[in-house]
Amino acid sequence: MTAGAAVAARSSTATPRSIEPWIWAAIALLAVCLHLGRAAVPWAATFPAEWTLPAQTWVSRFVKWLYQDASLGLFTFQELTRGIAWVLQWPLEAAKSLLSTGFERGMGQQAVLIWPPLSWVGVTGVLTVMSCYARDWRLGLLVCGCFLYIAVFGQWHSAMITLSSIVIAVPLGVAGGLLLGILAFRHPMFERAITPVMDLMQTVPVFAYLVPILVLFGFNPVAAMIATIIYALPPMVRNTTLALRRVPTEIVEFGRMAGCSRRQLTWRVMVPAARSGLMIGVNQVIMLSLNMVIIASMIGAGGLGRDVLTALRSLDFGAGLEASIAITLLAIALDRLSQAFAARPPSASSPDEFRPAWRRHPYLLAATSVVAASWLLGWLIPAVQQYPEELQITTGALINETMKWLNVNFFDVIEALKAWVLLNLMVPIKRLFVALPWVAVVAALAYAGWRLGRWRLALLVAALAGFIAVTGQWEKAMQTLYLCGLATLVACALGIPVGILAARHERLNRVVQVIIDTLQTLPAFAYLMPVVMLFRVGDFTAMLAVIAYAIVFPIRYTIFGIRQIDPTLVEAAVASGCTRRQLLWKVQLPLAIPEIMLGVNQTILMALSMLVITALVGTRELGQEVYIALAKADVGRGVVAGICIAFMAIIADRLIQPWVAAHRHRLGIA
Amino acid sequence: MKTQRHRWIGGMLLGLAWGLCGSAQAAESQDPIKLTIHDWTGQYVTTHIMGEVLKSMGYNVEYVQADYLAQFTGLESGDLTVAMEIWQTTGKEAMDASLATGKTIDLGETGMEAKEEWWYPAYMKEKCPGLPNWEALKQCGEAFATPETAPKGRYLGGPVTWGGFDEERVAALELPFEVVHAGTDAAMFAELESAYQRQAPIILWIYTPHWAPIKYAGEWVAFPEYEDACYSDPAWGGNPGKTHDCGKPHGWIKKVAWKGGEEKWPKAYAAVRNFRIDNKTMGELIAKVDLEGAKLEDVVAEWMKSNEATWKAWTQ
Repeated sequence: MTAGAAVAARSSTATPRSIEPWIWAAIALLAVCLHLGRAAVPWAATFPAEWTLPAQTWVSRFVKWLYQDASLGLFTFQELTRGIAWVLQWPLEAAKSLLSTGFERGMGQQAVLIWPPLSWVGVTGVLTVMSCYARDWRLGLLVCGCFLYIAVFGQWHSAMITLSSIVIAVPLGVAGGLLLGILAFRHPMFERAITPVMDLMQTVPVFAYLVPILVLFGFNPVAAMIATIIYALPPMVRNTTLALRRVPTEIVEFGRMAGCSRRQLTWRVMVPAARSGLMIGVNQVIMLSLNMVIIASMIGAGGLGRDVLTALRSLDFGAGLEASIAITLLAIALDRLSQAFAARPPSASSPDEFRPAWRRHPYLLAATSVVAASWLLGWLIPAVQQYPEELQITTGALINETMKWLNVNFFDVIEALKAWVLLNLMVPIKRLFVALPWVAVVAALAYAGWRLGRWRLALLVAALAGFIAVTGQWEKAMQTLYLCGLATLVACALGIPVGILAARHERLNRVVQVIIDTLQTLPAFAYLMPVVMLFRVGDFTAMLAVIAYAIVFPIRYTIFGIRQIDPTLVEAAVASGCTRRQLLWKVQLPLAIPEIMLGVNQTILMALSMLVITALVGTRELGQEVYIALAKADVGRGVVAGICIAFMAIIADRLIQPWVAAHRHRLGIA
Repeated sequence: MKTQRHRWIGGMLLGLAWGLCGSAQAAESQDPIKLTIHDWTGQYVTTHIMGEVLKSMGYNVEYVQADYLAQFTGLESGDLTVAMEIWQTTGKEAMDASLATGKTIDLGETGMEAKEEWWYPAYMKEKCPGLPNWEALKQCGEAFATPETAPKGRYLGGPVTWGGFDEERVAALELPFEVVHAGTDAAMFAELESAYQRQAPIILWIYTPHWAPIKYAGEWVAFPEYEDACYSDPAWGGNPGKTHDCGKPHGWIKKVAWKGGEEKWPKAYAAVRNFRIDNKTMGELIAKVDLEGAKLEDVVAEWMKSNEATWKAWTQ
């Protein structure tokens, strides 16, 4: 049916812009006709089941072959992956021993503790000293506070297990991303090859490839770590390529003139010069790794993620929230610390080189002495080694009581509101989306693609949408579109105004930043179950959860969009007598539109990535399909549904990106 | 009685021999036996009891967090050793698929019986007199309705993955209800907690052994008793035109293990085979942990202490 769209598209090539609304109207008319005449042309309204490609079976068969028969000559593919897992197990075990369990000889109950883990005082102390070194005492105070919370609320043991997998996963993700990014920078062919792979890695839900990973890498924390790395790696690759490209040519030229070899040029000149761009990637890797904590705990990572899951299963919201906050604080502490290290000016060799070693490295000395002192004291006073249980506090009971109070007193109001939204908005929209004939939707997408990127984009978009139809996922995909589309709309409608306000008022901005950082790192699980209590399972609850997570992006990008406007433009506008309102509507917003649209793009991606979570509250879309496939260990089914989700994200991305580029061009800021 | 006594003597002799040879000989391999733990308390308790018993036999034991259904791949490859609770009602399909690969073995039933059925809180009896008899539900759709489902009642079913044939049941028994699926059981119990706090109408899928029927006062709906024929033969039961005109089947809870472990730790496997516990004991242990807030380790240790004879018998 792509051909039909193509014909429509071709006829408009020579026509002026004014005909565009007519084409859209024609597509809409086509949709209505196909819907009304579904008796005559049933295949055009609903994709016929007998045309469906058995892609699920193919994938299942391929994966089975991969882990049973695939051989690389001397050894099988599975032996290779198991080998990798075995290698990675060592650093992971070491980190876990250092932070959480201590070093032991022997196994099980015969194990003898030969060296205790770092005590809570030691870890907190070292990280505080590091923060003081990286920036100042204020950061030290923040980091110290985060870790004190973890100790005081009794999350220490779990937090250290989580931290130990993070401190291994993040450097691996960063190193891998850096290498791939450099390769992509050097060889455009390679970049073109890995870009679609990166898109898939970021958008295919983790549940879809969890089972193959478990089979290939074994049922242990290493598999969880590898899933984490797969998920967290792409932003590092993208940021590396981007950052290297932004290194000023003068610097590169200078490096060449100084006689650098290619390797020296990369590592000694370009990578250091691109440091701030690279650090954005590092920051993303940290955040995404911590996002994965809950899912990783489902396949054996343990730690805080498991605590959250367990608490919620016994409806102990308080405990679930406390563990979730610990994850957030861990994320914030690590993020701020890594940013501080990035922003630290490189230490020029100073005249104090002649001073004794301990005076040259006061921070190193401080950190070492903290560890040594806490270790010594730990032998004498157990409270230093392990935070005493009697001093732990919990607000669990309070939170549970609050939930109960809210529930008893406000449920009826909430129920009435929810019923209204559901019956008057969500259900009709859902019906409309499901009833849309697939041919018309593909035609509309292809036409949009043609408008923005001519043939290539039109074909790509039509092919991706066609894949969804051909694999028999169309109806589920439309339900997905309805849920995510609506959530994106609401998130943008709320987020963009908040972003505008925050961009114009510094004090508000600070508050907003804290809130969106929390929303981004707080596991959705923590608020999902309380939301279920108030809103029951179903689409409404799912939509709230998606909005809560996705709203971060329109806010963030709007703030960024308005702030990055050249200040001279704003000054010129003010000088020519703009009121504040005019300044916003005539200058700031139009100039910020490209960034805001990128934010919308990101919102769509994130809404789609939340589907895995919404499946847990009983929605019926592609996310549920992936979840069912996981439960039935049906690899093919999960992967196909996962790819469909990814394709929806890619369609949105490919349509928005050229639109943004075109708009920038029109504004003359590209 | 006589046979009992010679078993005792035999057991004591074995115990003596075991004591003399030292624990190292009894345990065949020092590699850790990996017991999977999931995310519900009952399974924690059974697994920890088994783990402690194996430890007392001199084995190394590791508890590994694993997803209930995803764990089968681990059991097949030997990454995991024993799964203590596979429920007929929720895990049979995955278990059969796994057993068919020949890489896992069935270590028999745990003695607990999984029951799952429609369940309502006690206060709903006033609003729908005639319960627990299922026929009362025919008149009570309105009492269980919500705005989205009105005038039909709203029945909260388990996650789609659990199956359960509730849509078929509603159709076959002509109940004025709409089936809504929760995505996870956490969501299901969150709804129950919410409704219970407000004493609001709710009817949902509950299973046991679980803490919910202990924490909340309520009853199971009494449907016509399940028989295999009910699900396969339309002629069976009150509705001659349809299948599924009965309640849900009760089911076993089995232990499943990696096949290769049989040779590696034969005695441990024998002990796992012998493991038995009943619903009542289990319910009490779960209640201690989930409702009284006792520590799991303490509850298990206490049970081990007061039931030494029971678990010692498994090891022989």
